[in-house]
Amino acid sequence: MSRTNLIVLQVLVAVVAVGLWYVLSTYPVFGHMVLPPFFFSNPVDVARQIFEWFVSGVIWKHLWVTLIESILAFVTGSIGGVLVGFWFALQPRTAAVFDPYVKMVNSLPRVVLAPIFTLWLGLGIWSKVALGFTLVFFIVFFNVYQGVKEVSPTVLANARMLGMNKRQLMRHVYWPSAMSWMFSSLHTSVGFAVVGAVVGEYLGAAAGLGYLIQQADGVFDAAGVFAGMFVLAAFVLVIDAGVSAIERRLLVWRPAPSEARP
Amino acid sequence: MALVSAAVGLTNVDVAFRLANGGVFRAVEAATLTVEDDEFVAIVGPTGCGKSTLLNIAAGLIAPTAGKVAVFGSALSALNRQAGYLFQADALFPWKTALENVAIGLETAGVSSEEARARAQDWLTRVGLGAFGDRYPHMLSGGQRKRVGLAQVLIRNPKILLMDEPFGPLDAQTRQIMGNLLLELWGADRKAVLFVTHDLEEAIALSDRVVIMSAGPAARMIGSWQVPLARPRDIAEIKLDHAFHELHREIWQALKDEVTKGYMQTVGG
Repeated sequence: MSRTNLIVLQVLVAVVAVGLWYVLSTYPVFGHMVLPPFFFSNPVDVARQIFEWFVSGVIWKHLWVTLIESILAFVTGSIGGVLVGFWFALQPRTAAVFDPYVKMVNSLPRVVLAPIFTLWLGLGIWSKVALGFTLVFFIVFFNVYQGVKEVSPTVLANARMLGMNKRQLMRHVYWPSAMSWMFSSLHTSVGFAVVGAVVGEYLGAAAGLGYLIQQADGVFDAAGVFAGMFVLAAFVLVIDAGVSAIERRLLVWRPAPSEARP
Repeated sequence: MALVSAAVGLTNVDVAFRLANGGVFRAVEAATLTVEDDEFVAIVGPTGCGKSTLLNIAAGLIAPTAGKVAVFGSALSALNRQAGYLFQADALFPWKTALENVAIGLETAGVSSEEARARAQDWLTRVGLGAFGDRYPHMLSGGQRKRVGLAQVLIRNPKILLMDEPFGPLDAQTRQIMGNLLLELWGADRKAVLFVTHDLEEAIALSDRVVIMSAGPAARMIGSWQVPLARPRDIAEIKLDHAFHELHREIWQALKDEVTKGYMQTVGG
């Protein structure tokens, strides 16, 4: 399939979906409204709402807050995950001692922590950062741990035969291996940072995309809810594209995941 | 005494591994082997006979259960700093380019980065990869990766070269080319080489002496043959030589039974 054809088909999917949404929420079918506007709004109102947000400029503040929360959650979660991941991988005894607790905390649905973070850290950005941190931390932690553990024994033996001391092993073998695992999960961890921010905002905040959606929800403004979701989706797509660009730069040494032709 | 000055001297070396079920697996028994300073020794044996284990012993990566290991006359108690090791599996750092992979062995020894790179470039040229310095290992073919591996080991100028079926995964033609390259590089300064292979023809074509090991477990040395073929050699041509065939027939007589035994053990579990 050529690139143009692919894009045409991709656009077609959106056109058909939005078209169906418009028709079914505007015209009754056999005297019955399939998508009642009260619950589903309609594409025109949603577009108008998004347009208004951008024209009046109110959206920028909310986007900015969500972006800052996501970045802070991602950065702190990543640093914590890398440090603890390395520590546990190089100290198997510590890892064994903490193992059941790590599993316990990780199995906890993180949303239940949101109220306690709000209680501790207030309604500002830090309670959202904390929620995002708990999500990002475990993804990065498990990947770094795995990355250090799964260094090929041959590569490790080779490094030792080439005269590497402990510090050099760290820098030339463990660190790049751990980073490659961490970067392979970059999309997931960045996504979770955004999830943490938005869910936190939804549960109690004064600004942010989650707050915007929650406000619209509170007054049964379906158009506002859908408009918030579309802005959020676009926001995530932009961030994801940025992550892909970073990934392409940092992981040039890795073979492409699939070189097969379709 | 020859033993004292030998590059590698193994005396009555036993190696046993503890198994997961509590038992003990005796990999190698009473292995005695010397490699002289400028000697190219090939070890041949059936699969699973502990050839690689012996190399790891000589490299100091594992310690023998019993017996003595000496390097240039002094007992080996840690990693063998005099040895370079070319592994059977891919051992290049996948996150480093070919040039960086070769240079790293010098950088760990404290050579400045610029000098290490310049010398690495020189070595890449010597193994025929001068134009491939900026490629990552996954962009190279199996044979090219082995060439980088060879440069990575030789740039450190080790006194002893340990090679574990280094050309095993390559196709027949590439093996011949790599063999000739190895002989050419080795001929320049004649290090002690311990070369493990399961291919008797390769062993005879490359080495000064062929040592045959019995089938494992508890593998032993069962014979040693000098290879009286003149150097420099060309691997493809030497295999047509009459003396080559005589020696091959003679050694194969001894090896045949062990290969069959080893195969039966693998099949019989």
